[in-house]
Amino acid sequence: MANNSDYTTVIKPHAGLFNLKLREVWAYRDLVFILARRDIVAVYKQTILGPLWFLVSPVLTVVVYMFVFGSIAGISTDGMPQAVFYLGGITLWNYFSSCFTATANTFTANAQIFGKVYFPRIVAPMANVLSNMVKLFIQMLLFVGVLAFYLGQNDSTIQLTEEIYLLPVLILMMAGLSLGIGIIISSLTTKYRDFKNFIGFGVSLLMYASPVIYPISAVKDKGYGALLAYNPIAPIIETFRYIFTGHGSLDWGGLMISGIATISILFFGLVLFNRVERTFMDTV
Amino acid sequence: MAKPAIILENISKRYRLGMVGSGTLREDVMGWYYKVRGKEDPYSLIAETNNRAKKGSSNYVWALKDINFSIEEGEVLGVIGKNGAGKSTLLKLLSRVTAPTTGSIKARGRIASLLEVGTGFHPELSGRDNIFLNGAIMGMRRAEIKSKFDEIVDFAGVERYIDTPVKRYSSGMYVRLAFAVAAHLEPEILIVDEVLAVGDAQFQKKAIGKMKDVSQGQGRTVLFVSHNMASIRNLCRQTILLSNGTIQSMGKTSEIVSDYLSYHSDNHTHQSLKEAKRFEGNLHIEFSTIATLNNELLESQTMVSGEPMNIRLGLAINAKRKYSKLHCSVSVANEQFVTIMHLSTDEGMGESLNIEDGVGHLTLNCFIDQLALPRGKYYLSVFIWDQSIVFDHILHAKSFFVSDGNFFGNGAIKEPRHTMFLVKNQWTQIDQHG
Repeated sequence: MANNSDYTTVIKPHAGLFNLKLREVWAYRDLVFILARRDIVAVYKQTILGPLWFLVSPVLTVVVYMFVFGSIAGISTDGMPQAVFYLGGITLWNYFSSCFTATANTFTANAQIFGKVYFPRIVAPMANVLSNMVKLFIQMLLFVGVLAFYLGQNDSTIQLTEEIYLLPVLILMMAGLSLGIGIIISSLTTKYRDFKNFIGFGVSLLMYASPVIYPISAVKDKGYGALLAYNPIAPIIETFRYIFTGHGSLDWGGLMISGIATISILFFGLVLFNRVERTFMDTV
Repeated sequence: MAKPAIILENISKRYRLGMVGSGTLREDVMGWYYKVRGKEDPYSLIAETNNRAKKGSSNYVWALKDINFSIEEGEVLGVIGKNGAGKSTLLKLLSRVTAPTTGSIKARGRIASLLEVGTGFHPELSGRDNIFLNGAIMGMRRAEIKSKFDEIVDFAGVERYIDTPVKRYSSGMYVRLAFAVAAHLEPEILIVDEVLAVGDAQFQKKAIGKMKDVSQGQGRTVLFVSHNMASIRNLCRQTILLSNGTIQSMGKTSEIVSDYLSYHSDNHTHQSLKEAKRFEGNLHIEFSTIATLNNELLESQTMVSGEPMNIRLGLAINAKRKYSKLHCSVSVANEQFVTIMHLSTDEGMGESLNIEDGVGHLTLNCFIDQLALPRGKYYLSVFIWDQSIVFDHILHAKSFFVSDGNFFGNGAIKEPRHTMFLVKNQWTQIDQHG
């Protein structure tokens, strides 16, 4: 046993705190894609509309929002056409909420597979984020279509800004945030199920704490508007709308803070997840 | 000398008993608080050996404790032990489903378990998609699966259905497809848990056959867990016997297996019948002891199906008189107390049993050439009488176990729910029309 270096697998009680096993995750990259593909394909198997189903939910939601929040409540849309305002908010918010919900349930949803075979557990939430991103792209097509309709009108009040290049950054931030918060919650739920009860209504409450149905400008001057500064999602959604329409605000400082928060949450989440994944089968 | 393919050092695994609740949180918080102050967590090491039957005082048990062994490359190592001895926990640690509490495992190459077939199969996806999904979950790269794809489909025999969702497959097709993927995995270290084996007899046979190919033909390392002593003897040179989470013994398979069979007997092997409740009889002659002996004439509580068995009866002759034309019999009842066999001196002893005149002891042995019972628990009742008088009759005087064995000579195992006893049979094809 003089030479231990050629043992490819070493199993120990505890991995190093910051050993995130990225090399191993890389080796399993195919699984990420295959699992993501499974999630997408399984949704529209044996349906006639197929991937079009991804569009039904945002369209209906926008119609309801235009009626309830736009007409009845009369909440400002920052000068944007209502359809553009709500659809923009919903598209990005839905990405966050479906990524987060699925990721938060990683261990309980996959207990069957995890109980039989080893692979880096982070692969499952990563596949989640990826499959939801495909869904996001399909919904983005709808958004771009609606946007194009309004941009094409002669008396158009909206115009694309030159900061449109921020789009991929915004999407990545959303992905990182939902993955980070999701794996923190999922790590906590393996032993104590208390958090699971929180996920469902937590997400819907969080939506009201984010500028999805109202613009930041509508709450800025009110006392509780300051709370939005603590929500890293707020600047992402606001900026998303701004780069497509020129309305609303582009707050570089807020975006920066949001970026730092995303990276810290993601890193903390990975460390925590990595600790839990080793023995979660004993407690799940 | 070949290098070990896998080394286990000081492996222990602790489990918590009972429910996870607010008490758990308190222990967690306290444990963490002790750790922060640099003291030893008082909860971390209190645990007891895993003995299910006894009530313990701690909430923690060691499912495995201080396990040390290594497997040479290309070796097939058998693991045996009673239910709850720690076999499944050991496999869980090796397949990395959960991490050990202490110690380390070092392995060279990919570890895979053969019988975890169909993990991650999605019913809505086609056979094709599921091959890729399942293969990737088990650690294959996409390109690797692609290169073996045709072979897998061929092996499973589902070419026609390959683009149909697997929920439309017959259960047989489903299992074949799942097994085909597993069989083409080609890991360096293969774990086979026959205890958990699913599927029909044919599938199990196929799985064992594949395992033989893998270990003998391709020189891979195999860890084989089974309750079937016949297949352990057949496949493994070296065997480990686990008991209450520790290695009870380890060495040549034949020795360990007989060790297991006699150890398994607990303390009921050689049973005194002095205190037993009598059904009837005047006790001029009484049964004093009863024992079951295996192939090697060792007392054991566990017999192997298809192997020889001896029932040894000790009798005490209490009344000084002449006994002629004695009849002695043993009947075997199954777990539902249904008598399924009757063995007696009438047909099994050449001359009739006579005792001239005397007080003392007598020992009778009943030899069964090939035990024709499926695995299970059985009871022996004993009876001795002459033409007119019953001397002693004890119902269910002793219980014994039968473990799966090679009764049919071809490794086939009968399920106890299908048959009460085993009968050899031959099948031939006479005719075919069509």
